[in-house]
Amino acid sequence: MRKTTSLAPKSKRPLKASSKVPAKAAGARQSITISTKATLPKELQLSIYDLMIKSRVLEERLIKVYKTGDAYFWIGGAGEEAFGVPLGLLTHKGHGPEYDYLHLHYRATPTMIALGMPMIDSLRLMMNRVTDPSTGGRNFCNHYCFPQWNVVPVTSPIEVQYGMAIGTAVAQRRRWYTAGGKTPASGKKSISIVSGGDAGSAEGDFASSLIWASRPGFELPMLITVQNNKWGISTSYDTQHGEKNVADRGKAFGIRTAIVNGNDPIETYLALQTEIDYIRKTGKPVLAEFHLSRIYGHSSATGANREPDVCPIELFEKKLVDQKWIKPHETKELWKRYDEESREAAEQVRKEPVPTRESIWDNIYVGSENADWRKF
Amino acid sequence: MANMAQAIRMALHVGETRLGVTDIFGQDVGAPLGGVFTASQGLKNTWNSPLDERGIIATAIGLGLAGDRCVAEIQFADYIFNTIDLLKMAGNTLWCSNGQYNLPIVVMTPVGAGIRGSIYHSHSFDAWATRLPGWKVVIPSTPLDAYGLLISAIKDPNPVLFLNPKSLMRVRGTELIPGEPADEKELKNMIDQPVDDRKHQWRPKWPQLEEFEIPIGKGKIVREGDRATVVSYGRTLPLCAKVADMLREEGVAIEVIDLRSLYPYDWQMIKASVHKTGRVLFVNEDTEVTNFGEHLAFRATQDLFYELLARPRVLAGKNVPGIGLHPNLEEASVPHLEDILHEVRELLGEVP
Repeated sequence: MRKTTSLAPKSKRPLKASSKVPAKAAGARQSITISTKATLPKELQLSIYDLMIKSRVLEERLIKVYKTGDAYFWIGGAGEEAFGVPLGLLTHKGHGPEYDYLHLHYRATPTMIALGMPMIDSLRLMMNRVTDPSTGGRNFCNHYCFPQWNVVPVTSPIEVQYGMAIGTAVAQRRRWYTAGGKTPASGKKSISIVSGGDAGSAEGDFASSLIWASRPGFELPMLITVQNNKWGISTSYDTQHGEKNVADRGKAFGIRTAIVNGNDPIETYLALQTEIDYIRKTGKPVLAEFHLSRIYGHSSATGANREPDVCPIELFEKKLVDQKWIKPHETKELWKRYDEESREAAEQVRKEPVPTRESIWDNIYVGSENADWRKF
Repeated sequence: MANMAQAIRMALHVGETRLGVTDIFGQDVGAPLGGVFTASQGLKNTWNSPLDERGIIATAIGLGLAGDRCVAEIQFADYIFNTIDLLKMAGNTLWCSNGQYNLPIVVMTPVGAGIRGSIYHSHSFDAWATRLPGWKVVIPSTPLDAYGLLISAIKDPNPVLFLNPKSLMRVRGTELIPGEPADEKELKNMIDQPVDDRKHQWRPKWPQLEEFEIPIGKGKIVREGDRATVVSYGRTLPLCAKVADMLREEGVAIEVIDLRSLYPYDWQMIKASVHKTGRVLFVNEDTEVTNFGEHLAFRATQDLFYELLARPRVLAGKNVPGIGLHPNLEEASVPHLEDILHEVRELLGEVP
């Protein structure tokens, strides 16, 4: 008999909107379970666990930096580690269309950490330093841009990435066909991965991605993902969405779909691996929905305080400790080590220079060609 | 002489065969139609997209992020408005990424009145376009300029909006595109898809075209004169030239500048002309409130105040919600020959 362990929250969060949640939709997440048979090698699990902690500690450091007045705004992906870390690990990372494109949203710190981003680069973005490799101090935290890994600029609009991913997928599909079915020199056929929230799936660009990815004879190698935490700021999913699952929308287009417990890193890793393999093999899209948590609310605009949602790291940590793959004191050491690293990084960033006023004219056009009409 | 639709088609051919254009796409852009104005017939890298303007612009951005060069079309500018945030984003991508991601993309869209297009086939977009920092914006008024500007737009590493005045799409030029056969019929036989052919058998025979470029940011003096300067572009430009010809018969020489590029724009050309004439009129057909001509008139006031013999004027479309279908409505809404002539006479008659 298949044993299952529920990672679903036992109770709904005590927010006003949730009192009106329809029973049908409210039950959706509770049905999510993981199989104890699903497993990954010990070393990989420990590595995932390590990266999840690193990402969480970083997010919490970002929040501290905000709360101490060293930054203007926090928004992030605390609570999405069990999804984001496996995604980063499974990405065929590199620069250009021969590698996977990542069209992320502003909850992607776990993915960035898994890709190899140093903590300090996130803090540079958070504290808008000129040393910020993503934007040079121009954009909010978690709005990453790392061309060396095809992480295209993250933007604040919650939907546009679904459309842009079509374009990189068209470029990749062309290379698949140009190569005549041969595996490219990069080692794998590349795909475009796009992530967004459940609230963003209400936007038209989400529908665009489904339509364009499934055009007959022109299917695109796209992994379209939705991280469903059931909230858009203060508005609950259940009060706005009649569809039981966002992923169901893919069925109308003949798109393969998956619904995954995004709070379980093992289930998520295996599901992502399966779906990504399918895309690399067939060139066809997948729509995958991950049910997961929101640990510190939407952003600093809603307080950035710990909320009573299920914590995927606590669950995973308990599992690893119970299996005796890691000792309790070792887990504490890990949290402490990353906390220290993040603290030192923040100290360093405080000393780094900020953008100059005259730099507003830089990079409007390639080569900083004059963009100031006063100088035409 | 080629018309503007043929000129665009030839520039796209050069783009896809020599300049690395991988995708020319949009609604009805590919076979069998080749564009509602036939501007993309017979090309090899064209394809039809879903009727989804946001998808078209977003796909262009994605292609640009991947380093591919594309030309995307919004069938009429009237339908580009639901993409405005994506256009904004395309314009800010290089800046937001601090120079890391440039978008070498071109977006073409027919603009303006003049074909009895009613409310949703007559919009202008130049005022909106010039409020999209990071984009370059061009608008030709002749086939040769359309060809040269499109070649430049394709080569440019930045996003370029190519606004083609739809009422000029069938107007023939007076200057040969380098490589174009002199015989109009010969060109037609070579590159125009027969009207009854919609089944892919037809193949064009392209002339040996040169990569002729019109530099973005450079205007052109189309009529020389010393009494007044008229700055225009797009559909109203030939009307301004005609007004200059009419006045020349009366012994009055006015200078007409075809701006051709709206951003960056050729201020030095305007400045030199106004230094000479002391009077300037800006003509376009977009709605008059927060109009691009207002920006130019403002700048003329600021930079050339002591050179002016008369107040700078703007003649633009009336600030009404749409261009009505009946000719009376259209003519009352956007500048026509008589309006321009009247405004120029007023300008000339103003006593300081």
